[in-house]
Amino acid sequence: MKTLITSKGDSTDSFFDLRFGRGKYFCIHDSETGNIEFIENLNAEAQGGAGTKTAEKVIELGVKKVISGDFGPKAKDLLMKFKIQMVMITDSNKTVMEIIKSLS
Amino acid sequence: MPRRRRARKVVEPPSFKGYRPYGTINGRREGRVELHYEEYEAIKLADYDLMNHQEASGIMDVSRATFARVYETARRKIAKALVEGKEIVSVYGNAHLENDWFECTDCKSKFTIPSELLDKSCPLCKSTSIKNILH
Ligand SMILES: [Zn+2]
Repeated sequence: MKTLITSKGDSTDSFFDLRFGRGKYFCIHDSETGNIEFIENLNAEAQGGAGTKTAEKVIELGVKKVISGDFGPKAKDLLMKFKIQMVMITDSNKTVMEIIKSLS
Repeated sequence: MPRRRRARKVVEPPSFKGYRPYGTINGRREGRVELHYEEYEAIKLADYDLMNHQEASGIMDVSRATFARVYETARRKIAKALVEGKEIVSVYGNAHLENDWFECTDCKSKFTIPSELLDKSCPLCKSTSIKNILH
């Protein structure tokens, strides 16, 4: 199962990014293979609708769980509709690795 | 099953399934108004138990702003039903709540539990001490 974590950088030492639509990078962790990959969020600088575009990306990637700081109402509706679990953390002092470790 | 503590402490659901107008002059109107459980509760606390918003929001374990929003929606729905001669249907319970959010009482993370997910514990710390929240 794939989990997406919003991240400020492209390594597991990077800090978790509280922003969903405007988060810099996405860390994708696959619990079956243990594979971790980072992709840049191309919607981060979008004029508008970054949240919706990011939610669409999440669906496209086949992710089942998303960990971020908060989700906009449109992103929430979309993720809810596609039965993707949303998790919100308010602690931005966590690194991506710390979050991945707590998942397993 | 994990303990699912309801944030809202008033646990008694509405005692009806719905209200239907009778003797309407122009016949029964199309459509219906869906009154959510928490909306019924807001009306009950504010207008039946005569609590102020501060007390009522405390009972429902939501912010005052959230309480005010839920209460306002409830009043508008009831007004719409009365004026337009529409049926009111009581909708409550997890199965009908569109926003099914939970909070972990240990790590404070907030999360949804999609219906097909069997694991009902906190996705981060695995605690089973979770509570239903209004979000
Ligand atoms: Zn937890």
